Amino acid sequence: MKKIAHIIFTALIFMALSVPVHAESTVHEKTENEEHALDPKEIIFEHLGDGYGWEVPFNHHKRIPLPVIVKVKDGGFHIFMSSHLDNGAEYTTGGCTFRIAGKKSPYKGKVVQIVDDKEVPTTIDISITKNVAALLLSIVFVSWLLIWLARFHKRNPNKAPRKGLGFIELLVVFIWDSVVKSTLKDKAYKFAPYLMTVFFFIFGMNLLGLVVVFPGGANLTGNIAVTLVLAVLTFLVTNIFGTKHYWKEIFWPDVPLWLKFPLPIMPLIEIFGMFTKPAALTVRLFANMMGGHMIVLVLTLLIFIFSAINPVAGGATTVVSVLFSVFMLLIDVLVSFIQAYVFTMLSTIFISLAQEKEHHKEEEKEKNGSTPVSSAAPAVQTVGAQKVKLH
Amino acid sequence: MDLFKADFGLMFWMFVGFLILFLILWKFAWPVILKTVDKRADLIDKGVEYAQNAKIQLDNAQQQADRMLQQTRTQQAEMLRDADRMKTQIIEEARGAAQKEAQKVMDAARLSIEQQQKQAEKQFRDQVSDFALNIARKVVRKEMDDPKAQSQLVNTYLDEIENSNDKNVKQ
Repeated sequence: MKKIAHIIFTALIFMALSVPVHAESTVHEKTENEEHALDPKEIIFEHLGDGYGWEVPFNHHKRIPLPVIVKVKDGGFHIFMSSHLDNGAEYTTGGCTFRIAGKKSPYKGKVVQIVDDKEVPTTIDISITKNVAALLLSIVFVSWLLIWLARFHKRNPNKAPRKGLGFIELLVVFIWDSVVKSTLKDKAYKFAPYLMTVFFFIFGMNLLGLVVVFPGGANLTGNIAVTLVLAVLTFLVTNIFGTKHYWKEIFWPDVPLWLKFPLPIMPLIEIFGMFTKPAALTVRLFANMMGGHMIVLVLTLLIFIFSAINPVAGGATTVVSVLFSVFMLLIDVLVSFIQAYVFTMLSTIFISLAQEKEHHKEEEKEKNGSTPVSSAAPAVQTVGAQKVKLH
Repeated sequence: MDLFKADFGLMFWMFVGFLILFLILWKFAWPVILKTVDKRADLIDKGVEYAQNAKIQLDNAQQQADRMLQQTRTQQAEMLRDADRMKTQIIEEARGAAQKEAQKVMDAARLSIEQQQKQAEKQFRDQVSDFALNIARKVVRKEMDDPKAQSQLVNTYLDEIENSNDKNVKQ
């Protein structure tokens, strides 16, 4: 423990001293060409956003090439590697010329076709971008983990896994028992595959996003497209499997007649509610994960900002920033789990609300009064009843 | 790429990717995992219950065994006491029987001794009377050589008879 503390301390001192020296050398360059002035906003949004190649550490010009798949107007699909477009280069393939639009273009950062020296957007762009590649990697990662667990279970049905596999099972059991089963009761098996997949997919993407270098680093769950698709899927599952009672509650709820006829006030509110749920899911996950990435980026950029002002201040900031970045990344690990958990839990609740069957009014009143407080209590009681039966 | 605008390409791949992952896990992972986890939970519940029952049964068995041991001990003591009693009784009985037999033998012996004694006495008396008669005969013969003495004796006897007759009459 003492040794580790010693190593960390030395590293911090080294960082604090090395940055001023490095900054001093860059300051001279900067005076020469002002174009390369530090633009924090640009850097942050570049890192939070998507890209056609995958950045590698310590090199700003070379990227890991990824396939670009675009369809142009009046033409077929064009597939080529993103390395052809590095650093704003133009690339001609099959009679079409492509380029990544510059900072001032309205299609900033997207692949555009060059027709008569003008930028024309592509009609369909399903390139394997950095985010898509990260998405595919997390699919492989998550399915590998869970198939590993499934194979263990197939081989030893009565044995609890240990170590790493034990941790995965801990998560499975946590979500399955305390979220899915306790909320959906007898319908748990029907919706479990979807809900469990959602949890592990989000958690996997979140964690991979926190890994700073190649296999991770993509701000995947901090991208609104990803969270939107997930929320829409929950919306679809909720409404496709919704019971008659659920639809009745939306279009003809149990309220005084004047609230629904002739002006359908309550039905309108209910329908509005149907769409606010996925919207809330989308924004919550997106904002949380993006915020986490952004804080770490800002803290890192503080070093460069202060170094540009004063090398000594930069050195001092390094220590603080690195410590805070590590702290924030650790918090982000927690947030990764919490957000995946919250998304799954809310999806489960939305689905279970659409699964309600018609009760008598009194029962419903009782239920409404007691369910939010003691959702775990009935489960305990049923277990008790089973035990009594067994006796 | 704007942060707040959902990109079509990413949405497309996200949808496809999620579908692929869902199908993979639906086919290969979730049924196995969830079933095993639930089964194992049931097994553990049952195991705990079984262990509790077993413990109760064991406790009962222990008590029963203790009770039986206690019972056996009292039984043993009783049997020992019985055996002891029986032993003394048998000995007593045997002794009594032996005594009776001995008495019988002794009685028989005494009887035969008495008889023999009586016989012997009788024989002895006969013999003595024989001797006495013989001696008396010899003495009488010697004394009766003298006629005077003879008559005197006759007289004496006669007197005696008379006397005895008188006595009888008086009585």
